Amino acid sequence: MMEFQWIKIPYAILSLFIILNVGLILQGVIRKIGARVGGRYGIRWYQPYIDLIKNYGLRSNISHGVMFYLGPVFRLTGGIGVFLFVPAIFGSEMFSNFSVAGDMILVLYFIFFGTLGMALGAGQGGHPYSALGVGRGLAQVTAAEIPMVLSFIGVAIQYQSLNITTIVAAQQGGIMNWTMMTNPLVTVLGLIAFLGTMMRSPFDIVLAPQEIPIGPPTEFHSTFLGVLQTNRAIFPMAKTVLFMNLFFGGATNWGVLILKVFLIYMVSVIVGVVFPRFRADHSIRWFYKYALPLGIIAIIVTSLLL
Amino acid sequence: MSEYDNKKRMVTGPDGKQFEVDPMQDYFCGEVPKVHKASAVKIWEKFLNWARSESLWILGFGTGCGAIEMRPLMTPRFDAYRFGIQWRPTPRQANVFMISGYMSVKTLKRVIRSYEQMQGPKFVVGLGSCTVNGGMYWDSYNTINRLDHYLPVDVYITGCMPRPEALLAGFEELKKRIRAGKAEGQNEYAENFEWYKANQKKIIKQWDMPDYNW
Repeated sequence: MMEFQWIKIPYAILSLFIILNVGLILQGVIRKIGARVGGRYGIRWYQPYIDLIKNYGLRSNISHGVMFYLGPVFRLTGGIGVFLFVPAIFGSEMFSNFSVAGDMILVLYFIFFGTLGMALGAGQGGHPYSALGVGRGLAQVTAAEIPMVLSFIGVAIQYQSLNITTIVAAQQGGIMNWTMMTNPLVTVLGLIAFLGTMMRSPFDIVLAPQEIPIGPPTEFHSTFLGVLQTNRAIFPMAKTVLFMNLFFGGATNWGVLILKVFLIYMVSVIVGVVFPRFRADHSIRWFYKYALPLGIIAIIVTSLLL
Repeated sequence: MSEYDNKKRMVTGPDGKQFEVDPMQDYFCGEVPKVHKASAVKIWEKFLNWARSESLWILGFGTGCGAIEMRPLMTPRFDAYRFGIQWRPTPRQANVFMISGYMSVKTLKRVIRSYEQMQGPKFVVGLGSCTVNGGMYWDSYNTINRLDHYLPVDVYITGCMPRPEALLAGFEELKKRIRAGKAEGQNEYAENFEWYKANQKKIIKQWDMPDYNW
């Protein structure tokens, strides 16, 4: 066994700091693009920073109990956990984070972890919309997890490895080596799961702005909301980096990472502006009806042909 | 809500067990509001005040006819988002309470409850002449006349109705007040709590809620 290198801890904190900023700026830029498409001038690109500072700087906050405190903490742990076990920059000693053998399985646990923590926290908040949102969220994440796990298994069969670093290494040497080109079926499946977990239309049944405004975080305010907002910057970035590593050849420097993350994120944005929101039962049925059979076909094809 | 709903009573649960329910204790918190002092470090408080002024989250609760003048602010023509103004669906996350026009006695009760659930520093903007002196409803039997007898108001925007441009100007005024550190409505409310409560109780006859319900 390799000895643990302590220098990895400050490196991981640095890459976490970078990804937080990338996430916040991307949030602002995406909302700006949305406003411009709608003919508005839109928010300032640095507005997410101001909102974050304001929420952390509010003077009063009230508690509904222990789980109310722990909910946002668990949620943030889920986001940071996903990011810390995925190599951010391939081939970089500094930004490979804590990628270990079998990290693909570990990351799957972390993706679910935040939702469960939020369920406990929002449940203690006691607002009916929180309970509704959490019920929908758990059902949705469970349904979207099926194509996600199947696509991960497909990738694992293809490269005979559960280590994300090995999988990225196998995709180096040009766009034709990416999983996107060598195994398009699994990539499509992965992107479907990606849409399902990004909380954007048509799968934004959890926050559902016109229906159960705004779902699980209804009771969360000031610092609690600040922690949740921090996670909203980190978690989608971590998921996007994970999918970039598995399907789109990873990144060898921060420029490539930011470009690829932006493009993959835009997939969910563009799908979101084209399709209106599903109802909760539609969304879950859609995953079981179309994504599950596609996943089984993808695995069979992968194991027979590749 | 009937009188009975707030009474302490024994209830049989779906599993057949009996337990006691006291709605006034279980669902609300009766603690009176406290004064939250500004940070002692001046430059830090200034920085926070700047952030507060540039990130105004409005409670999306149209209390009167003036709410119709707030909708155009979201459209491409006026676009309040570029000034850091956004709408939030829950009082917990909002900082600015827009009292949009006439305030009926029935709405006042909901407004007080929503205001007390907001986390501070919080600001109140009175929209339209009705909030200043009752406007065209000054002798109506079911509206209040002066809003600042019941809630600490930061900025009034007069007019019947004020145009969206006037609203944007009003928000700029509110921002100036916040940056100058003058928008301490939450603390004023806590310091003069008895006076505000007495005024509110004079208007709301059926007071079936705790005195302070955050």
